[in-house]
Amino acid sequence: MSEHLSALIVVLPLLAAPVCLLLKQPRMVRAWTSIVAWACLVMAWTLLERVHAEGVITYSMGGWDPPLGIEYRLDALNAYLLVIVTGIASVVFPSGAILTDTSLPEGKSHLYFAALLLCLAGLLGISSTGDLFNVFVFVEITSLSSYTLISLGKNRQALTAAFSYLVMGTIGGTFLLVGIGFLYQVTGTLNMQDLALRLPELLGSRTILAGFAFLMVGGSIKLAVFPLHQWLPNAYTHAPAAVSAFIAATATKVSYYLLARIIFTIFGAAFVFDALHLHWLLLPLAIAAMFAGSLAAVFQTDLKRLLAYSSIAQIGYMTLGLCMASETGLTGGIVHLFNHALMKGGLFLAVACVVMRTGSSSVSAISGLGRKMPLTMAAIVVGGLSLIGVPGTAGFISKWYLVVGALEKGWYAVSVLILLSSLIAVVYVWRLVETIFFGDPEHEVCEVPWTSWLPTWILIGATLVFGFWTDVTVGGASAAARSLLGVAP
Amino acid sequence: MRMREKVLLRVASKAFIPLILLFALYVQFHGDFGPGGGFQAGVIFAAGFVLFGLIFGLEALQQVVPWSVVERAVALGLLVYGGVGVSCILRGGRFLDYGALDHHSPMHGQHLGILIIELGVGLTVAATLLAIFYAMAGRGRA
Amino acid sequence: MEALGIWNYWGVVLLMMVGLYTVIARDHLVKKLIGLGIFQVAVILFYVSMGKVTGGTPPIIPEGADGSEVYSNPLPHVLMLTAIVVGVATLAVGLALVVRIREAYGTVEEDELQRMNRSGS
Repeated sequence: MSEHLSALIVVLPLLAAPVCLLLKQPRMVRAWTSIVAWACLVMAWTLLERVHAEGVITYSMGGWDPPLGIEYRLDALNAYLLVIVTGIASVVFPSGAILTDTSLPEGKSHLYFAALLLCLAGLLGISSTGDLFNVFVFVEITSLSSYTLISLGKNRQALTAAFSYLVMGTIGGTFLLVGIGFLYQVTGTLNMQDLALRLPELLGSRTILAGFAFLMVGGSIKLAVFPLHQWLPNAYTHAPAAVSAFIAATATKVSYYLLARIIFTIFGAAFVFDALHLHWLLLPLAIAAMFAGSLAAVFQTDLKRLLAYSSIAQIGYMTLGLCMASETGLTGGIVHLFNHALMKGGLFLAVACVVMRTGSSSVSAISGLGRKMPLTMAAIVVGGLSLIGVPGTAGFISKWYLVVGALEKGWYAVSVLILLSSLIAVVYVWRLVETIFFGDPEHEVCEVPWTSWLPTWILIGATLVFGFWTDVTVGGASAAARSLLGVAP
Repeated sequence: MRMREKVLLRVASKAFIPLILLFALYVQFHGDFGPGGGFQAGVIFAAGFVLFGLIFGLEALQQVVPWSVVERAVALGLLVYGGVGVSCILRGGRFLDYGALDHHSPMHGQHLGILIIELGVGLTVAATLLAIFYAMAGRGRA
Repeated sequence: MEALGIWNYWGVVLLMMVGLYTVIARDHLVKKLIGLGIFQVAVILFYVSMGKVTGGTPPIIPEGADGSEVYSNPLPHVLMLTAIVVGVATLAVGLALVVRIREAYGTVEEDELQRMNRSGS
């Protein structure tokens, strides 16, 4: 059974979703969803250990060997990503806050958990597969379940937010499909490794360039890179808080992985950065994202919207790591996948706890709650410190690698800009701290039960732990960066 | 005038609906040799039931195919598909390696595997389209 | 004259642009979904026209074939079956959202929706 883990990790949540439809009891469905998420985490961890020990694992679906058949190919990068996605799922799905902040009617929670499991299956599928069209199929599975989950928010703006995300996300997915079509037309293959072999002598062809452009734009829409980020603030603000925790911590990471695969594995860094000079376009956009996101976050009055704009800034940091295309820079970008997943997941779960007690997610709702909800407020403060990048938190580690990477490449202005945008983050985090500890309490509330603050603190505590103990996170990220750049197997 | 039109519709649909369902089954099983397969057959199958619901009313349709049956059919079809894949693993092959279904003749196993998964797909698609119809038609005039 | 030989690709480009224009320029949500559908159909046409091999027959091996037949490529058709299903599912989710938006807001015109979102909340 253990040689089938690469397939089972995707198949298990996919088949667990219809089981949720059959078992209708709310408690049983919640327990079932959590058990499936934990099982996937165990499988992902086993696969990561095996990849570090043995090298690349490949699994031929249906017994058809690549390049004819679909293969699931796990190397250091996607095994790392599998652990991130399943880790977030195993903390968010069992959380007591999973059903707060929704407009779900009574007796329909089994449908909600089925959608969560389908989203998880889609994310794991994008991360595991080595076939480009399979990526498109799983991108659409993830997107469709996300549209459904986001539309379940409490106010009616959730519906319009989900609709505009649907329109933009479908355009992004269809652009991916067009790009895949161009590549297939010229090379005749859909397998990523086979494309990497066949593309180098075909790189002058205009069809390949058009395919690359479509793939880049489609992936960027999904990643919410700066000018294509319009769907993200509304979607994260009006979705249920636990859904935002799950999607903010996983979907953008997987889209980043997809872009990294396309740039480094399929086309190769030499073509993309030396011949096409993609970093002349992506670098200004990444820096614009860092500043625009942080500045917009300063002026927000709603906690979820503030975190959404902060996510746009963090995606800018990750894209910066991608542009550097050096081992340090890519390590910084990839370790930021891990750290940002922890930070944003924890922060959104803390906001879910706030909504659970006060019924509102505006900044004024946490006013003066420092004494009444100490654990939740401490989680928000520590998460905010990690967003800034205070030494001792995980955010510092990723920013360190990004600054060192920029200095190594001689981009001194970029390293200064990274530090400047972190200063802007200080402004909005300080606003939150001030409201929490020095404001007047609006609501008479008590702390959330342990089923809600424990998952929050697992994620926020992890940002503290991984701020000091970086062997696992940075080790995994640098192994992933090396495998992307083809430096070491 | 209205009454006569309704009689025409009812008689015509009573003639057509069985033919539609039969055609859906034909399309389902002839996916190997011509255009067809699970998705197309599921849509045609659901179209027959939707026609019934449009002519005879939603309550009559819900007596024929209750909501609980539809919900279970959606889940069951996907489980049939996944179940074939998992049973391929249990019989020693890879996931969805239909050749492992019949050890004596892998080609026969391929045929059997495709047949069963297409049945699963057809079941899920028909049930999903019926579920969409129930959800949309069941709402009052907005 | 080669520009006339690739007339099917010109059709694909035309449909894609029509679809994208409808999504961007029309305010009515159902019209946006229709534009999205047209855009997806253009991509389906692109793949299907990619699969046609000149002089190729449908890719089914009849009894007694000796392997000298030229077959059209079946892979793009298989891929597009999946893409059609994805398009149908997206349309279904989109229309369900439109129905609920109509029930919650009373309108499905995007400019009115934006006005109501900005002011009311």
